[in-house]
Amino acid sequence: MAETGDLLHVVTNDDISPGRRAFGKAIVWASLALLAGTAVVQTLDQSGTLSLGLPNWRPTLYAYILFSVCLCWSQVLVRGEQGKRVLFVLPAALFVISLVVFPLIFGLIIAFSNWNLSSPDGRQFNGLDNVRQMWADPFYWNALGNMIRYLLAIIVEYAIAFGLALLLNAQIRARKFFRVAFLLPLMLSPVAVSWMVGKSMLEIRFGPISRLARFLGWDNPTFFSSPEMARLTIMVLDAWTYIPFMMIMILAGLQAIPKDVQEAARVDGASPWRGFWEVTFPLMLPVSITAILIRIIFKLKLADIIINLTSGGPGGATDSVTSFIYREYRDRSNVGYGTLLAMVYLVLIIVFMTVLMKIADRWMRPKY
Amino acid sequence: MTEQVFHDAPHDRPDRLGWYASRVAIYGMLLLWAAICLFPIYWTITTSFKAAPDVMKGALVPWADYAPKWLGWKSLGLSPDTIGSESTVRQEFMLRFMNSTVISLTSSAAAVVLGSLAAYGLSRFSYKFLWMRNPDISFFFLSQLILPPVVLALPFLVLYKELALLDTRIGLILLYTLSVLPIVIWIMRDQFSGIPHELEEAALVDGLSIWGAFLTIVMPIALPGMVAAFILSLVLTWNEYFFAALLTSTHANTLPVMVASQTGSQGISWWSMAALSFAAILPLIVVGVLLERYIIKGMAAGAVK
Repeated sequence: MAETGDLLHVVTNDDISPGRRAFGKAIVWASLALLAGTAVVQTLDQSGTLSLGLPNWRPTLYAYILFSVCLCWSQVLVRGEQGKRVLFVLPAALFVISLVVFPLIFGLIIAFSNWNLSSPDGRQFNGLDNVRQMWADPFYWNALGNMIRYLLAIIVEYAIAFGLALLLNAQIRARKFFRVAFLLPLMLSPVAVSWMVGKSMLEIRFGPISRLARFLGWDNPTFFSSPEMARLTIMVLDAWTYIPFMMIMILAGLQAIPKDVQEAARVDGASPWRGFWEVTFPLMLPVSITAILIRIIFKLKLADIIINLTSGGPGGATDSVTSFIYREYRDRSNVGYGTLLAMVYLVLIIVFMTVLMKIADRWMRPKY
Repeated sequence: MTEQVFHDAPHDRPDRLGWYASRVAIYGMLLLWAAICLFPIYWTITTSFKAAPDVMKGALVPWADYAPKWLGWKSLGLSPDTIGSESTVRQEFMLRFMNSTVISLTSSAAAVVLGSLAAYGLSRFSYKFLWMRNPDISFFFLSQLILPPVVLALPFLVLYKELALLDTRIGLILLYTLSVLPIVIWIMRDQFSGIPHELEEAALVDGLSIWGAFLTIVMPIALPGMVAAFILSLVLTWNEYFFAALLTSTHANTLPVMVASQTGSQGISWWSMAALSFAAILPLIVVGVLLERYIIKGMAAGAVK
């Protein structure tokens, strides 16, 4: 959808003096040299060759910030009007690169080392040991399996969200009240939800949901003792928080469908049921796929509720990958192994999402 | 009174009974789901005014089932009789509250500024960086969305330790800005592509610079979109738990971390936990009720092209 080619054409006479250009180049190289110099000095200091006794790497960080500022400034100095345009994207790009690409590269190094933060030995490169350990770790595979189950729950969430969006799109009174009420779960922090609902309302003796369950004839309601039940509870809680998200997107899609399409179907004698399946639903397909894809992305990060409610139990039955790695770090402070697991997860996600987006792209293309 | 001669065919007449039935069904489902959404919030509020016997009884309605007491709020130092006096719990709570407020507001603002600029640039000019052109750069920004936090968490833990950014507000602000940036860019790109570029052309002809045109012409038009992106970022950053739990310990803890640290302890006092949870979710409930329009606008931005 992004067009190429400038939409705005500006004719300026950039007469940039050689001095200004030279100054612009000079500050970039000078600040880069300063950055490199600081980094080298700090590395030497760390390895013990120099003894400056710097407590941390802050000086290098400041040098890096200075370099970034100089880089942005020099764009305008050297390239004039063109530089001012680059200035729109450059800060965000530098920000993301420094906060994602560097840590990722750094993470790759950590992933292949044995590094226990609580042990005094520090980082030791251990090759593929972590991979071998991962291969034999049943809990990690179990967590990956759980993620698939959690992802499958999205289908049900989608159906409910679609139903709610249809209800909100119908001719009803007090639409604003219902919209706000339906939206509220999304605003609540998952941690608070896991206490409010998970710990308090599902309390076996006097939680209102347990009492309702007993009233409905379930003698001994327990929500976290059997693996299936615990997993289901987590799914329901997570669904409760995120259904509004899909609902709003689908509602926006429904409101964008012109009314006359439905009317035409009705005039042609379609029952509401067929009108929905053969007119509304196909028209909603692109929006649905976007909503589901975003929901999948959010679901892959699922952790807060699990960490707070079950901490993976019983026996790892509710673990998501994120919560498993979190505990791996909290309990054993094993940074190296945890990072490797996270990296493998990232690769799996990228492959999975790429395939999914390719399939979705094919589906979304209009057939007629 | 003359008798009506022409009638609708029987199957064309409105089906009163069916209409009422469908009304009842629709409102029934709406009310049921509204109850499902609102009851946990109601339960939390009422529990914060209960004492131990009321909790054990599972009392539901204040005044009818039990007499409301200030027990939960007293334990936070926020009840009427303790609000005047010194309270360490309240200080702790206020510190966490301020941490959450400062961190979420700052990081949302930073993300909206950085993201709007980038989205505007990408919607108006063509860039070329190495092999990357506009769609690639857009994709680079948006692809950050699928990066799970857990991948960054441990490297950041180590990096922040070296940079002395562990347990600081700045450290969390940086990470939160990063995590909401793709969403902001997504929303804002949509906003800017809806604004005709003839507007800026006119401004440029009148002698404004590119940045002048952006700040004085485009930004006021795109302001509702920016507010929507800001509110959505606020919701996500206020509720964020994972990074906060890993990267803070004593100084920069946010409210979710405080709530989580209380749940683990043995013998939970229900009323104080309820008060704490409610205090933690209240700001966003207010935001949600007042600014619902913007949240919906923000979330709908990418859905409908």
